[in-house]
Amino acid sequence: MAATTSTAEMIQTDDGVPLKLKLARAERMRKLGAFALVAPLLLFLVVTFISPIFSMLSLSVKNDVIPDALPETAALIQEWDGTGLPSPAVFRAFTIELAAAKKIKIHGKIGKRLNYEISGFRSLVKKTARKLPPPETSDAEIIDAFIAIDKRWGKTDYWNTIKRSSPQYTAFYLLTALDKRMDAQGNIVQAPEKTTIYVHMLVQTVWMSAIVTLLCLILGFPVSFLIATLPTRKSNILLMLVLLPFWTSLLVRTTAWVVLLQTEGLVNDLAVLLGFWDERIQLIHNRIGVYVAMVHILLPFMVLPIFSVMKGIPPSHYRAALSLGSNPLQSFIKVYLPQTIPGVGAGVLLVFIISLGYYITPALVGGPKDQMLSFFIALNTNVTVNWGLAAALSVVLLAVVMVFFTLYNRLVGIDNLKLN
Amino acid sequence: MRNVIKYSILTLAGAAILGVTGPAPGYAQELTVTSWGGAYSMSQRKAYYEPFTKEFGITVLEDEWDGSMSKVRAMVDTGNYVTHLIDAETSDVLEGCDEGTLEEIDYSRLGGRDRFIPGAALDCGVGTITWSTIYAYDGDVFPEGGPRPTTIADLFDVEKFPGPRALYRDPDPLLEFALMADGVPMDQIFSTLETEEGIDRAFAKLDELKPHVKVWWTAGAQPPQLLADKEVVMATAWNGRIFNAVKNEGKNFVIVWDGQILDMDYWVIPKGHPEVDLAYKFIEFASRPEVMGNQSKYISYGPTVSAAVPFIDPAILKDLPTAPANTKNYLNANVEFWADHSEELRERLEAWLQK
Repeated sequence: MAATTSTAEMIQTDDGVPLKLKLARAERMRKLGAFALVAPLLLFLVVTFISPIFSMLSLSVKNDVIPDALPETAALIQEWDGTGLPSPAVFRAFTIELAAAKKIKIHGKIGKRLNYEISGFRSLVKKTARKLPPPETSDAEIIDAFIAIDKRWGKTDYWNTIKRSSPQYTAFYLLTALDKRMDAQGNIVQAPEKTTIYVHMLVQTVWMSAIVTLLCLILGFPVSFLIATLPTRKSNILLMLVLLPFWTSLLVRTTAWVVLLQTEGLVNDLAVLLGFWDERIQLIHNRIGVYVAMVHILLPFMVLPIFSVMKGIPPSHYRAALSLGSNPLQSFIKVYLPQTIPGVGAGVLLVFIISLGYYITPALVGGPKDQMLSFFIALNTNVTVNWGLAAALSVVLLAVVMVFFTLYNRLVGIDNLKLN
Repeated sequence: MRNVIKYSILTLAGAAILGVTGPAPGYAQELTVTSWGGAYSMSQRKAYYEPFTKEFGITVLEDEWDGSMSKVRAMVDTGNYVTHLIDAETSDVLEGCDEGTLEEIDYSRLGGRDRFIPGAALDCGVGTITWSTIYAYDGDVFPEGGPRPTTIADLFDVEKFPGPRALYRDPDPLLEFALMADGVPMDQIFSTLETEEGIDRAFAKLDELKPHVKVWWTAGAQPPQLLADKEVVMATAWNGRIFNAVKNEGKNFVIVWDGQILDMDYWVIPKGHPEVDLAYKFIEFASRPEVMGNQSKYISYGPTVSAAVPFIDPAILKDLPTAPANTKNYLNANVEFWADHSEELRERLEAWLQK
């Protein structure tokens, strides 16, 4: 007998091992085998994707310019209470280390980092590095020697800035990314009205992405439905037409819109000719241009997931609903639509997240009020080379994506995500 | 039969790969130069790269960049040099020098610092051209015989000269132009910008113009394109780009030299480049008076070597930023000021653009 059944004992296999154990073991082996198959890809992803992203994001809190270049000064200045001026020992350490920094040409980086907090620090550091007092200067004279180089060394604010920038980790970049500052006392305050950009930009980015996603959904759903229900030959042609934009470069597509939507461009020409409107409308360098171009580029990302899911919905369900007496509209809403939710969910998520990161398209076809947050990430990465701020802005954007992902999970459910 | 085909294809493929990646016949040197593209690069090609290749037999590969110093920094940090020379703006030269990203120039290899005009012989950069930021207008919209813009204040005068404008999306030289138009004398521009009231004054002047600015451009090729497309009637621009549109594309644009901001571009070498000698060879060649003077044939940027002036094409003298007729009311770029204040003022500008 292969197995004995008894309510008192567990079911056992031939060799006396409980079936439950054997089953668990077999499951484990299967999972291990699956993991072994995935392991190379996982390793590849970790090395080329996850760790670079983590290291980039860590830049948002790393603050190693001052601790690396001025270690002694950084350590000593922490003991200062922040009022008046630091002790002569701090000044002396600063003299020695700034001179050393100048020799290996990293004093520029020091000035640049401090310049983020107080404008003018850059030239102050450069000027001071050229005229440093000798380290043997007595305690009594060294502070005056510094003030003689520049009055600003006699100001508490400037030394407080150095003190704030001394620890290995800083909240400075993250605070800036959220339009906040730390004042002299160490409290977190709102940045002056004239310089607050980022929170507004974040809200604008989310709003614009939401609108683009909605437009893509409204335009994409009927197209997907058409492709899914047509006979194969016709639907293949339509599918190819949807995929056609992918064969041209993103920049080419975007600049093509510039040509079409210009005030003297083709769309306006045609519209005036056909009498749609009399005066030429500005269709580009404003929000309209951005929406048109972005929807054009992101539409395939909406169409494809929805189409794939629709293809898998048996048409008999709809027919069954009709035959049971409901009208076409009701059948569509109650029977067909809920089955497309996984595809719609996937499409919406895909389009939303991609459009959050877009900046080239709004930069080329939008006006100054139509930029996305990623524009500033790119600006700080490439132009101002302020990688700390770029990383901090990326962290903020990532946090927003996480929030939306959690929301989506709650509403639609991650298990409900289907890409085919 | 199938085997024969398979083997012959494999052999052909193998031969092709060997042919492409095998040892090159003889060691031909290559020099990579990075510049800004467009009409400017074309002028450098005609005046420098092609004659250089002809004289030394060294191929010159052209590369483009948009001023992102981050790429130079990445190059130096990783030791992976993709270019020998870069054509950089003053602010990048100073910043790169401070941060140890650029080679310090040994002027004894170039005939000494005195050959160059003041401001052209920087520690980490050798001046190559003088250029300026100006504004240009569409000559068809403001034809001869009628009122035409002549001063920097006219850029801001939307009553006398109505129409959309395109301005460079950068606090430099936007704020200087605003203060000039508001009546601040040239020698007080930067001291005014140092103060909070001065900055407010510049932005107040810009508030008047803001509703009329259609495009805030970011690439040098945009202003002539926008003027040509009739999207705007006036645009701030780099003078060489407008000159190119007028001379080579027959456009009717007119440059207003009043209030021009004079600046220079420099040749820089990424620090630690293994083929530094090759880079010096090129810079030495490009700084020869007759070679440098030749560039003016192709674009209206001025030379940085005093001895090059006699070699300038006389037809173009009047279009150079440094021509006497054009320097009646000009400002020298103040890179030190912007090194300190560009971050703060750029933030202000971006915040202002959103409101």
